[in-house]
Amino acid sequence: MNSQYTAKDFKNEQQIKWCPGCGDFAVLNCLHKAMSEIGVAPADTAVISGIGCSSRLPYYMGTYGFHTIHGRGSAIATGVKVANPALSVWQITGDGDCLAIGGNHFIHAVRRNIDINIVLLNNKIYGLTKGQYSPTTERGYVTKSSPYGTIEDPFNPAELAFGARANFFARTIDVDLPSTTECMIAAAAHKGTAVIEVLQNCVIFTDGIHKYYSDKENRADRTIYLRQGEKMIFGKESNKGLVLQGLDLKAVTIGEDGYTIDDILTHDATLHDPTLHCKLAAMEGPELPLALGIIRNVEGINYDQAVVDQIHRVQANTQIKTFADLMMSGNVWEVK
Amino acid sequence: MNEQVKVKELDSVVIRFSGDSGDGMQLVGNIFSNLAAILGNEISTFPDYPAEMRAPQGSLAGVSGFQVHLGASKVLTPGDKADVLVAMNPAALKVNKNFLKPQCVVIIDEDSFTENDLKKALFQTNDPFQELDLKNVQVISVPITSMTKAGLESYGLDNKSAVRCKNMFALGLICWLFNRPIDSVTPFLKKKFSKKETIMQANIKALTDGYNFGANTHATVTTYHIETNEHPKKGFYTDINGNTATAYGLIAAAEKSGLPLFLGSYPITPATDILHELAKRKDLGVKTVQCEDEISGICTAIGASFAGNLAATSTSGPGLALKGEAIGLAVMAEIPLVIVDVQRGGPSTGLPTKTEQSDLMQALYGRNGESPVVVIAATTPTNCFDAAYWSSKLAVEHMTPVILLTDGFIANGSSTWRIPDLNVYPSITPPFVPDSIKDIWKPYLRNEDTKVRYWAVPGREGFEHRIGGLEKDYTTGVISTDPLNHQIMTDTRQEKIDKIADFIPELKVEGSVDSDILVVGWGGTYGHLSSAVNSMNASGKKIAHVHFEFINPLPKNTHEVLSQYKKIIVCELNLGQFAGYLRMKYPEIRIDQYNKVQGQPFMVSELIDRFTKLMEEK
Repeated sequence: MNSQYTAKDFKNEQQIKWCPGCGDFAVLNCLHKAMSEIGVAPADTAVISGIGCSSRLPYYMGTYGFHTIHGRGSAIATGVKVANPALSVWQITGDGDCLAIGGNHFIHAVRRNIDINIVLLNNKIYGLTKGQYSPTTERGYVTKSSPYGTIEDPFNPAELAFGARANFFARTIDVDLPSTTECMIAAAAHKGTAVIEVLQNCVIFTDGIHKYYSDKENRADRTIYLRQGEKMIFGKESNKGLVLQGLDLKAVTIGEDGYTIDDILTHDATLHDPTLHCKLAAMEGPELPLALGIIRNVEGINYDQAVVDQIHRVQANTQIKTFADLMMSGNVWEVK
Repeated sequence: MNEQVKVKELDSVVIRFSGDSGDGMQLVGNIFSNLAAILGNEISTFPDYPAEMRAPQGSLAGVSGFQVHLGASKVLTPGDKADVLVAMNPAALKVNKNFLKPQCVVIIDEDSFTENDLKKALFQTNDPFQELDLKNVQVISVPITSMTKAGLESYGLDNKSAVRCKNMFALGLICWLFNRPIDSVTPFLKKKFSKKETIMQANIKALTDGYNFGANTHATVTTYHIETNEHPKKGFYTDINGNTATAYGLIAAAEKSGLPLFLGSYPITPATDILHELAKRKDLGVKTVQCEDEISGICTAIGASFAGNLAATSTSGPGLALKGEAIGLAVMAEIPLVIVDVQRGGPSTGLPTKTEQSDLMQALYGRNGESPVVVIAATTPTNCFDAAYWSSKLAVEHMTPVILLTDGFIANGSSTWRIPDLNVYPSITPPFVPDSIKDIWKPYLRNEDTKVRYWAVPGREGFEHRIGGLEKDYTTGVISTDPLNHQIMTDTRQEKIDKIADFIPELKVEGSVDSDILVVGWGGTYGHLSSAVNSMNASGKKIAHVHFEFINPLPKNTHEVLSQYKKIIVCELNLGQFAGYLRMKYPEIRIDQYNKVQGQPFMVSELIDRFTKLMEEK
């Protein structure tokens, strides 16, 4: 992409107050870089957040930014985008902000398909309030508010997004900067709500929570990076792949049990039917690799554009152009 | 009953249409009041309907009423009691028995006064009038349902559709009773049923049949001739209810300020009509989002305001409670926002379709922290326009949330309105940050006179900035937890609101300014208080009235006005919230109060009784 901007144009001089080693730094750097490549001016970019560690991010941007209240980022971002569709609008949120207190706004923003980019930093914990379990914390996990282990099942953010009819969903790991940047750029290009889940490490409360997948040692064997139009192949030797067996996905080794490269599925993020995307997003170890990259990327009618189109349609067929016209259009009589 | 036909000349009359919530009483009430307004009467209306869409047919809970007061000169209220009642069933008669004047005319549909109908309305006997002790009323008993059906036999309608036209038969009767030409009604029906030719024709036929029935049978009651206002101010008129006027006020302010209008809202009785009206106004470029909840309603508006629109959200009491935290964000971020609260009976779900003034304290103080906002209260249905305009003006020019309080009574009530000329309205100038101060500008840089921070809207290069709910440094605008800075910022936010007193009109005392007694009201009780005070002054009992539209800040001459009277009585539809607010502001002033919390507006008569008693007290 040709862009007149550099990452520096999207930074500011604020001192960053995340804990040393926090995964949020990586996401912030990716966002600076992605924005420089996207090519929208800092002045035309608005970054909105709610409350939580990740929601401090707008303060570290050189763009317009609004750090709002807990859970309401999606609603406020919706207002910004509908009011001024010319802006590039980003929402930065966490698993608590987005999926607990903000769950309702999140699913409705997705359902309306507002053209905003939601970066969901998932560390499976409430960090800012010092370590309570979140809606993505695994059952049985011990935290300050679950001293005997949680007794509830977590959300898979992708399943929730697809349930709300998401047209764009990507998943990355904080330590994989190029992939995160790439997904952000793709999200910006997508017209409609784009959700990017970043598996992010909290060094204080859930250090290593994503280690099973993020460890460089095993990442290639335990995750699969999906690319549009390419075979679903993974593994250090690039010899593993995904096939469909009945209604289920299965990981196989190419060359074993009679499987050849031709049996391996090809990724198509643009499939309108989300069934396979759901299956891919729900994969987990050890039987299956965790799906990373752009899992779904489907075109749809986005709300903010539809608002503008509707206004133009109505305005093309009306005599009411001003307040005064409106006043004279009803049951009016004159006293002379 | 009287035996002669006579025409009674009146300068005003109160008519109440009442029936099952499915009987179409709101529609005929609306049409009749429109008609009266067009023919030159002043009107004031009051729809009084149940919360349930369809309570059991014929039950007391299902009664829906529409009252209209029409007259020659300024009509300030929908009237305490009715001169004419249309009761489509026994339940409607029973529910309204305390709202009838002696000698009033009661039109009943005798087809729906059978033994079974009477039982549904919990009557013990077969003579409802006797049982309710209604001795002096003039009853016109008409088989409305059967005559409506008979008249529509050739229209090929099913039974249900034919019976539904009975409200038009009743309207025809009323038109006859009040000497109103039914020709003027047909345009309304043509508009209402424009896509259903047969239904439209059937309604017109039922209307005509009703009118002719009255004229031909010379029903032996008083008919009325209402004087029309002979010297109204020149101009164009319409009739308008408070919710529509509120929507129009926002539209006018958007046009005047040059800002696009945005409404984020969630449906809630009795405020939803504001959303309905603005959703229609795509022609004027209005953007509305029907949100997933009340919180999103205000949050989308906050987002739109941040992006540079004139942003509003509309709700009622329960919704205002949900919006509290977000209002605090708008206070902290110092962005313009209009929050319309159409008050209803509370607490909790309360009385959704009934009126009350009990959200005042919530509007003033219902947030965490020191969180001052402007609070404005509309006084009449038509004043909702001005109040919404002023709310927008103050919100934009002073970079603050403004809570506009209306109520179910003025929101649904309507009156005649002279269409305003926007050219005579004050300008609205958004405090956009000028390019000339780009180098020294910070997000919370203020106009030192007004304490208003400058508005930098996304899209402007060189003004990129971050704001939010955390406390900010007075000078640099970055996050600050410094103790002294928090004190300064808290004081500044309060000072900014207090200074708005310099920009709003002062109080004007009405009635006998030099009397000893001052009646104080605020918001939607203006019509009733004013009528009571006018009536007392007309009968030689000198009394003054002052009415508050601006609640926070209070007008600058508030103390001066209050301190001139020996007796002050604050009248409001709650347990004394404004009285308490005034006592807090002016502890040395003695204040009496008169309160009512019945979901109903004041009655002029009860006010006169109370004020007369106050006069007699030593």
